[in-house]
Amino acid sequence: MPEVKIFERPKCMTDVSTHYCPGCTHGIVHRLVAEAIDEFGIQEKTVGVAPVGCAVLMYNYINTDMYEAAHGRAPAVATGCKRVRPDLTVFTYQGDGDLASIGVAEIVHAANRGENITVIFINNAIYGMTGGQMAPTTLLKQKTTTCPYGRDPKVNGYPIRIAEMLATLEAPGYIARVTVARPKYVIKAKEAIKKAFQTQIEEKGFSLVEVLSTCPTNWGMRPAEALKWLEENMIPYYPLGEFKLPD
Amino acid sequence: MPKGRIEVLEEMCKSCGLCVEACPNKVLKISDRINSKGYRPAEQYKEGCVACKMCAMMCPDVAIEVYRIES
Repeated sequence: MPEVKIFERPKCMTDVSTHYCPGCTHGIVHRLVAEAIDEFGIQEKTVGVAPVGCAVLMYNYINTDMYEAAHGRAPAVATGCKRVRPDLTVFTYQGDGDLASIGVAEIVHAANRGENITVIFINNAIYGMTGGQMAPTTLLKQKTTTCPYGRDPKVNGYPIRIAEMLATLEAPGYIARVTVARPKYVIKAKEAIKKAFQTQIEEKGFSLVEVLSTCPTNWGMRPAEALKWLEENMIPYYPLGEFKLPD
Repeated sequence: MPKGRIEVLEEMCKSCGLCVEACPNKVLKISDRINSKGYRPAEQYKEGCVACKMCAMMCPDVAIEVYRIES
């Protein structure tokens, strides 16, 4: 009987096995970004900016031109690239330790200037690469190596909702929060990432997609348990949805 | 009901089991083989795949290819 291949690796992804831990959702988001680039047919004129964090080696996996920015500075590098070459599609891919902590000034001002770039923001509520320290997005009572008794708001403050915070600004074009905890969410995440790139291609300003993700290794869970924990604990605090749409 | 099958790129698979969890018909399992990195790749071990692609959508290593069998 004839067979039709209906799912394969996107062309924009290299055939390299990633360095991510088993079950890490970075790989799913990488695929969604690569598929979006393939579907818009912009591989030859896309520039990515990798962060500092687990995704620091992203340039090995996504087959477009890539920068590697200093910690948190990806939106600044992307701003420079986009202003010099507005014909290119420029995206950054940043974790929560990168974007929501050391890079919060860059992201707020890049968004506030309405830079025509796309930001993929991975929120897994922990610092992954450095070994599971508390991030600004760590949930209350969540245990990490630097808050071993659980995050206490009196000492550590509250988790930051980046998508909502940036959505209060005038300039951004598209801001959404999605997750990849189940296939149904993955489909929505793909739509959001495509909308973000569409916003940039139509020159409607800054776009950001926050993706709720897991870190099975530093959360101390099996990959499937981690996805369940994400759904039960992170989604109630970080509601999914679109917070800003282009006019 | 459509029919399908999957192929696992065994050297890419890291044995995380998210595909096994995602499969609505439970036709996947972690195999007994070992790849060069020391992981046991997932495999389709029985009939019943309907080419829904849920395993491939959840695979963090993009190690699954899905085929639909035309009747």
